[in-house]
Amino acid sequence: MQTNEFPKPNWIALRPRFLPFSARVDRRVPAVFLVLCAVLLLVLVLSVSYGAYKIALLDVLRAAVGLETSDPNHALVVRSFRLPRILLALLIGMALAASGAIIQGLTRNDLADPGLLGINSGAGVAVVGYITFAAMPNDALLPWLALAGALGASAVIYLLAWKGGVSSLRLILVGVGLASLGGALISYFITRLTLENAQRAYAWLTGSVYASTWPEVRLMALWLLVLLPLAFLFARQLNLFNLGDDIATSLGTRVEQHRLTLIALSAALAAITVTVAGTIAFVGFVAPHIARRLVGPTHEGLLISTVFVGGLLLVVADLVARWVIAPGELPLGVTTAVIGAPYFAYLLYKRGR
Amino acid sequence: METKNLSLAYDRETIIQQLSLSIVTGEITTLVGPNGCGKSTLLRGLARLLKPKAGEVLLDGKAIHALPTKQLAKQLGILPQGPTAPEGLTVYELVAQGRYPHQGFFQQWSPEDEETTREAIAITNMVELADRPLDTLSGGQRQRAWIAMTLAQKTPILLLDEPTTFLDIGYQLEVMELIERLNRERQMTILLVLHDLNQAARYSQRMVVLNQGRIVADGTPGAVLTKELLANVFKVQANIVIDPDSGSPVCLPYRTAVPTPHSNGANGHKK
Amino acid sequence: MTTPAASVSRSGNGRLIGRAVWLPVGLLVAIILLVMVLAISITQGAAELRLSTIYEALFAYDATVFDHLIIRTVRLPRVVAGVIIGAGLAVAGALMQGLTTNPLASPDILGISAGAAFAVVLGTFLFGGAPLLVTGVLAMSGAAVAAIIVYALASAGRGGATPAKLTLSGVIFAMFTSAFTTAILILDRNTFEQIRFWTVGSLAGRDWEQVLWFGPLVLVGLIGALLLSRQITTISLGQDVAKGLGQNTAVIKAFAALMVILLAGGSVAIAGPVAFVGLIVPHVARVVCGVDYRWIVPFTAVIGAILVTVADTVGRVVLRPQEIPVGVMLAFVGAPFFIYLARWKIR
Repeated sequence: MQTNEFPKPNWIALRPRFLPFSARVDRRVPAVFLVLCAVLLLVLVLSVSYGAYKIALLDVLRAAVGLETSDPNHALVVRSFRLPRILLALLIGMALAASGAIIQGLTRNDLADPGLLGINSGAGVAVVGYITFAAMPNDALLPWLALAGALGASAVIYLLAWKGGVSSLRLILVGVGLASLGGALISYFITRLTLENAQRAYAWLTGSVYASTWPEVRLMALWLLVLLPLAFLFARQLNLFNLGDDIATSLGTRVEQHRLTLIALSAALAAITVTVAGTIAFVGFVAPHIARRLVGPTHEGLLISTVFVGGLLLVVADLVARWVIAPGELPLGVTTAVIGAPYFAYLLYKRGR
Repeated sequence: METKNLSLAYDRETIIQQLSLSIVTGEITTLVGPNGCGKSTLLRGLARLLKPKAGEVLLDGKAIHALPTKQLAKQLGILPQGPTAPEGLTVYELVAQGRYPHQGFFQQWSPEDEETTREAIAITNMVELADRPLDTLSGGQRQRAWIAMTLAQKTPILLLDEPTTFLDIGYQLEVMELIERLNRERQMTILLVLHDLNQAARYSQRMVVLNQGRIVADGTPGAVLTKELLANVFKVQANIVIDPDSGSPVCLPYRTAVPTPHSNGANGHKK
Repeated sequence: MTTPAASVSRSGNGRLIGRAVWLPVGLLVAIILLVMVLAISITQGAAELRLSTIYEALFAYDATVFDHLIIRTVRLPRVVAGVIIGAGLAVAGALMQGLTTNPLASPDILGISAGAAFAVVLGTFLFGGAPLLVTGVLAMSGAAVAAIIVYALASAGRGGATPAKLTLSGVIFAMFTSAFTTAILILDRNTFEQIRFWTVGSLAGRDWEQVLWFGPLVLVGLIGALLLSRQITTISLGQDVAKGLGQNTAVIKAFAALMVILLAGGSVAIAGPVAFVGLIVPHVARVVCGVDYRWIVPFTAVIGAILVTVADTVGRVVLRPQEIPVGVMLAFVGAPFFIYLARWKIR
C-alpha cells in the first residue's frame, strides 16, 4: 500500500441525507452552473427589453412578475410577444444541446449532431414534400408531419444500421447517407414549387421562433421536464459508451438496449424542437463541445452544462437575429452558426491535434 | 470458468472450432499462439463480447450468456486490446467507471464506490497521477490506469488482452509484476493473451498454446515451451534455456523454420 | 506491406492472376463501359437518335443535318461536361479522404461546395442574374477561397493541419458560410428564385463554353492527382507513417489541396454543387482496386464519370418530358448504395 497523499478527486459526491440518491459530478460544475445561470438571466432580461419598442430593464422585471409599470403596454409586449419567443428559444436550445451531447457521447464522434439521426432531413422531406404535393397545404398539419418525418427517419436509420447490433460507425455512415438523400430530395422539391411556396418552405427549413405562442412554450417545457431528467439518469451509461462498446459490455450494461433508449431520447429531444421551430442547425453540434471545455467529458456534469450552454447560445442568437437588420429579422438558424462558428474555430486553434 | 465445445465466428468465418478449456481458479493462465490463431477471439468469447456460434462458456456451471449482465460484471473483469478514452478524462474518473456494476439507478455514487476507487488506484501505484487526464500519461501509466478500472470492478476473475503490447520493456515488466501481485495478494484468477512467449513463461502458472483455432499444447511453461512446439507452431528454430534467476524457461529463436510441404503441424519436424 | 506489383489476388474460380495484369484490364473494361454508357446517353433526349447517327455526327459531320447539329451542339457537350464533373468530383473526394484519413471527407462535407454556393449567391445578390459562365467563375473562386480558408484554419495553432483538424475546420466553415447563404436566400426573393435551381446541381443546358472554360482546370487537376498519387498513398497510411518514411507531408498536402481546388472548383463551376460523387466513388474504387492511390485515382475518375453519365441519362428519361437534375438522381442512386456499402463492409 502507498503512503502517498491522494490528490483531491476532481468530483464532488452528492449524497443528500433525506433522499435514496447519490451521484458524482465534476467539481467545476457548481461554479460553471452558477455563472451560466447568471449570464443567462442577464441575457434574458436584456433580450426582453430590446426590440422596436424599448423597455427599461427594471420595467422588464416588473412586467414579468406582474407588477405595474409606468406604461400599461409594457405588460402586453413583454408577456404576449417577447417572453414566449425568448423562452421558446431557450427551451429549444436546451433540447437540441442535450440531444447533441447524447448522440456525440453514444457514437464517440465529435462531429455527430442530431442531424445524424435524420431529424432535420426527415422532418424537412415530410414538410416540404407535403407543401409540394398537397393541393391545399394546411399549415396546422406541419408540426405533426415534421414530428412524424423526424422520428420516422430516425427509426429507418436505426433499422438500417442494425446488423445483430448497431455499431457507431455504421450508424454514422447510414445517417450521413440518408441525410444526403433527404437533402437532395428537399432541394428537388424546392425547384418544383411556386416561388412563394418555395420561400415559405425554405424559411421553415432554416428554423425560426417568430410569432411563438404560450401553448408552444408550455408544450416544449412539458416535454423537457420528462425527457431531460431521463437523459440525466442515463449519464453513467453514456460515460461507458465513451470508453467503447467492449468496455461498456464488460462493465455490465446491456449495450444494445441502452443504445436504443439513448438514441430514442436524443431523437425525441430534437424532434419536438422541429415541430415548434423548424430545423435549427449547429446548436446540437457546438454546445456539447463548449460544455466539454468547461466541465470535462463525464456526462453527469456535461449534460447539465450542455443544456445551459445550448439555451444561452440560442437566446443570444435570437437577440442577435432581431438586432442586426432591425426592424427586419434573421432566422434563428442563421445567427446560431454566425455566433457559434468563430468560438469553435478558436477551440480548434487551441486544441492543437 | 470453462468452455464446452465452444465455436466462435465472425460473420461466416469460423475462428474457434469446438474448443473445450477450463481455467483453474487462482492461477495465472496465458493464451499464446501465432498471429491469427484465434487467441484474442477466444478471450472475447470468454468475456461474452462475442456470442458463441455453438457450445457455451460456463461460469460456476452456469452459461454466461444467460446470466444478468450486471451480475456477470461483478464476477468477470475484462480489458480489451487498445482501449481508448475521451479527451480530458482523468485517471480518477476512468477508475470510477469500474464501479458501474455495483451501482443502482438512483444510488450512483456510494462511499463504498469512493473507497474502492481509491484502493484500485493505490494498488496500481497511480496515486500521484490520479488527477491527471489520461491523454497526458505515458503508455505504461495509461495501461495501469485501465487495469485499475477493471480492479475497481472488484471481480475474482480478470481477462486481459495483450496488456503489454506497444509498451517499452520497463513498462511491460511493470504491468506484468502488477498482474503477478494481484494474483498473489488477492488470489485473483487471471487469464491473459500474450504475444511474448518468454513473458508468458516467466509469469504464468499455465500456458495454453493455440494454433488455427485449436489447443495444441496445455500445461506448465516448462512442459509447453519446447523446441518441437516452436518449430511446428511458430515456425522458428530456437534454443530453450532456463533463466537462472526465476527458473522459468526462455526461448532464444535463431532462424525461421521452413515447413516441409507435407508436414501438417501435428507431428514434430526436426532437422 | 505488399506492393501491388508483387502481390497476387485470387479470383473467384481459384486461378491466380497477378494484380499487375488484373488492374490494367479492369481499368480498360471500365473505360469501355464508360464509352458505351456515353453512346447510349447521347441517343436519349427529346428525339431518340440512332447510334449510327452519332457515329456520322462525329466522323462524317454534315452541318445541314438537324440531328448532327443537335449531337454536336447540345448532347455531346452535355455528356462531356458530365464526364468532367464526374471524374473531377470523384477524384477530389478521393484526395480529400486520403489527406484527412477520414472516409466521410468529400467536397460537400468539407466546405468546398458551401464556399462555391456562397460566392454564387452573393454574386447574384449584388449584381443580379448572371449567365451560367459568370456563375461558374464565381463558383470556382468561392471553392478556391473556401479551400484556402479551411486549410489555413486547420493549420493554425499547435500541431499543424492534422486530419482531425482539417475535417473539423471544413465542417465548421461549411456551417458558417451556409448560414450567410441562407440569410441572403431568405431575405432576397430575387436571388432565391434564380439560385434554387443551381443549388441542386444539374447538367441541363451546359454547352461547349462551360466545358472549354472549366474542363482544362479539371484536367490539370486530374494529371496532378495522378502525379501525386504515390505520396497520397503514404499519407493515407497515417501521419506518423508518412513522416517515418521521410515524406515532407506539409508540401504534399498543400499541392494536393491545390489539386482539390482545381478538381472540385472546376466541377462545381460547370454543374453546381453536385453531392455524393465525391463521397461514394472513392469507396467503390477501393473495393475494386485496394488502397494504392496510383490505381484509386484512375479508377475513381472513370467510375465517377460512368456514375454521373448514368444518373444524368436516367434523370432525363424517367419522367420525360420533365427532367430530374443529376444532383438529385445521384442521391437516389448513391444513397442506397452507400448504405449498402456501410452495412456490408462494417462489422
